Amino acid sequence: MSTTLNRVGLPRDAYKGAATTLCAGCGHNSITNHMIKALHELGVEPHKLAKMSGIGCSSKTPAYFVETAHGFNGVHGRMPALTTGAHLANRQLIMLGVSGDGDTASIGLGQFMHMIRRNVDCTYIIEDNGTYGLTKGQFSATADLGSVQKKGAVNTFQPIDPCAVALALGCSFVARSFSGDGKQVVPLIKAAIAHRGTAILDIISPCVTFNDHDGSTKSYSWVKDHEESIADVSFIPFFEEVQVDYEPGTVRDVQLHDGSHIVLKKLGEDHDPTDRRAAIQVIEDGRAEGHLVTGLLYVDTKMDDFATTERIPDRPLMDFGEDDLRMNREEFAHFMSEFA
Amino acid sequence: MTEPIVNDLTIQAATVNGSGSQTANLVLTRAIFHMGIPVAPKNVFPSNIEGLPTWYQLRITPEGHMARSDKVDILVAFNAATWREDLKTVRPGGAVIHEEAYSTADARTDVTYYPVPFAKLAKARIQNDTLRKQLANMIYVGVVAGLLGIPWEAIEHGVKRQFLTKPKAVQVNLDAIKVGYDYWQDSFSKQDPYRLEPMTGAVEGKVLVEGNQAAALGALMGGVTVVAWYPITPSSSLCEYLIAYADRFRVDPNTGEKMISVVQAEDELAAVGMAIGAGWAGSRAMTSTSGPGISLMAEFSGLAYYAEVPVVIFDIQRIGPSTGLPTRTSQADLGFVYTLSHGDTKHLVLLPGTVEECYEFGRDAFDYADRFQTPVFVLSDLDLGMNLWMTPEFKYPEKKFDRGKVLTKGDLEKLAGEWARYRDVDHDGVTYRTLPGTDHPAAGYFTRGSGHDESARYTEGADAYARNMDRLARKFESARQAMPAPVIDESGRKVGLIAFGSTDAAVREARESVELDYMRVRALPLSDEVARFIARHERVYVVEQNRDGQLFDLVRLALPPELVDRVRSIRHYNGQPIPAAAIIEPLKQQELVPA
Repeated sequence: MSTTLNRVGLPRDAYKGAATTLCAGCGHNSITNHMIKALHELGVEPHKLAKMSGIGCSSKTPAYFVETAHGFNGVHGRMPALTTGAHLANRQLIMLGVSGDGDTASIGLGQFMHMIRRNVDCTYIIEDNGTYGLTKGQFSATADLGSVQKKGAVNTFQPIDPCAVALALGCSFVARSFSGDGKQVVPLIKAAIAHRGTAILDIISPCVTFNDHDGSTKSYSWVKDHEESIADVSFIPFFEEVQVDYEPGTVRDVQLHDGSHIVLKKLGEDHDPTDRRAAIQVIEDGRAEGHLVTGLLYVDTKMDDFATTERIPDRPLMDFGEDDLRMNREEFAHFMSEFA
Repeated sequence: MTEPIVNDLTIQAATVNGSGSQTANLVLTRAIFHMGIPVAPKNVFPSNIEGLPTWYQLRITPEGHMARSDKVDILVAFNAATWREDLKTVRPGGAVIHEEAYSTADARTDVTYYPVPFAKLAKARIQNDTLRKQLANMIYVGVVAGLLGIPWEAIEHGVKRQFLTKPKAVQVNLDAIKVGYDYWQDSFSKQDPYRLEPMTGAVEGKVLVEGNQAAALGALMGGVTVVAWYPITPSSSLCEYLIAYADRFRVDPNTGEKMISVVQAEDELAAVGMAIGAGWAGSRAMTSTSGPGISLMAEFSGLAYYAEVPVVIFDIQRIGPSTGLPTRTSQADLGFVYTLSHGDTKHLVLLPGTVEECYEFGRDAFDYADRFQTPVFVLSDLDLGMNLWMTPEFKYPEKKFDRGKVLTKGDLEKLAGEWARYRDVDHDGVTYRTLPGTDHPAAGYFTRGSGHDESARYTEGADAYARNMDRLARKFESARQAMPAPVIDESGRKVGLIAFGSTDAAVREARESVELDYMRVRALPLSDEVARFIARHERVYVVEQNRDGQLFDLVRLALPPELVDRVRSIRHYNGQPIPAAAIIEPLKQQELVPA
């Protein structure tokens, strides 16, 4: 497998990074591996990738994949601002943000929401474990009401569900998955990258050290017992042909801006991923029934992304020089005369 | 009647905020400037949309003094709520144009009163119901024009210039001014000594520009392509001007695409974060803020310092602490900005003292940021930023952009990929960077605010940390030599004076009354020239607009112990731009009165 070259001629190993320093068994390490697989299979050119993150266990992970790509590990909760700025400077870059639940749902909630509001073209992965790992196990804002801390404390507050928040804001791509479900995570990462606009992917990723016990709703066993996938997800990149081998009426096909397809195979009740209100309903129903709903919840392929709204050219802004950016001598002289 | 006083007077218009008085004041300013007479307007406005008192001081001097005057010669009393207090500010012998309804029965008798029935005139003579309130202000422009002998042609020019983009408004405003102009001619005979006469040689080649306009133009010419900001007084107009200039000069007429992105962020944290993200990705990027905003930018500024990301941050200072007086000027962010953020952080700070320098530093800040791969702060203030200043026309830049040490794909090929992001190859503390998107397998590195080694890898190693911090200090020393040098005007006097920023105007004026050598510092870190200047003088006064003598402290820290006692401090911090008297008085007390 590791010798298979992808469409840009790179083996899977080219997408690896430094050795992880996270705990053995950490869900984040699985996500890192899913990321490597997705990026390799998509044939992302490493030099075009920008790995962005905030602060926390999750935010360390961009060091653990695609070592040859540029990355920026910024300040706590502010990955969206750095990502927005870098994207405006060079919209040819593939912006891939990795954040955690503390980073996203507490200190960075404002930036998370405003990035969605602008529909900045990026992938925003939340490695969501409901706990502050690096500071030794405090509850985060995604911890469920009644969830129990390792030492027995009970969470008394309502959770902030990043997917529900994203949907309420009209986010153009909202999905949820589980770090242990590579079959679902990998196509969702690919779809998120192919999507033009802000793609939120909330991945429940158990913290083996502080939040993997009975009474936690972010543990491996709880998620395995309660995950309810709304559809089987496959991703067909633009450079591969779509081969329909499903029975009519059993699949939905979403075509993305770059020509890629997301193919969703019905599992239980049919969910229309282009119906935002239905997506909110699915989340609410899952919550009421005590299930963790996973899969592609919502996608809007028509919404303009931020750079389009801003009317900046395809050529990176960072690439322009004096001759493009300065008015000429005559214009300057005329402009100055207006101040007389 | 006393001797005439020609072209040397200060008009103070006391009006109501939001009533349109600022437009009237600007018409008056432009009309007088058109007569060839130097003008120095200072707008003192409240943090309010409508209703609170506001004052506009228009200082007129043949010498072209730009500092605020602390004496009022002619008061335009147009605000019933403040008029009694405003009256106290007029110098004996001054003139007072006031609404006729304000009683002067028991008022002071050492000034000349010109009562004008503004309300009645507006009602009777201004037909336009919706604009009556605004146009009523124009009536006092007419009265002042009559009082001082401003030619009608100059008034016409002032109105046309003010309504450059709204030519339809010209006639209706001229009509309103004419009401006051005629009222003056019909009702009064001149009782005071003040008059204006056309001048030649004083304002030729000069223009009137706000510092924030100048800084916006500077940023535009400096090649900024990503701007992120959050509205805050007195900084907002900088980005608003930039938006207007960008719409004019950065739009591709064929495609409508813009070679700039200006983002109104959700807060100052996001604003500076976006600018840093863009700077990291290779754009010339900036934000602009003041007061509370600069406090919020502290954490990100530390990241950009430590991770070595170029970014330009304008701080248009207002009075703090906290919300402070949002519409009053100050120089009290100097010490804070210099070391903004936790840990051992030191920043490059440009200190423009004129609007011309707002333009030049606003432009060159991007070169400094790229060259030293660090945040560069441009410390302006409300007085400089929001008032109109008479200035020589700005010069077209002759220099190309200095993008600093950036390795391209070709460079990396020549190096066979052998490079490290934080390796001090040139021994100046400034290392080489690559930009995201560079198509070479060795180009990528991981930028982080956590401890890193030469190759940008995570480390908590003691030696690696200390080595890196030492190199950053070395880089800072390299920058010290490169930043704009102080401006020195010296002729062997015993006493010297050091100032920065907008205090310059008051210092220049004070030097006409007191013999002083003068050094204006234009950047932090302080130049080595500072210690040498002090060594050449017996006493040196540091003048600044803050309570704690922030520059005074920095100057003393830069001195060998034997020079420290030579330095004294003069401080002005009431939110009003410093007048020359605030320098002359303490100097006279300390220098001229025998001990």
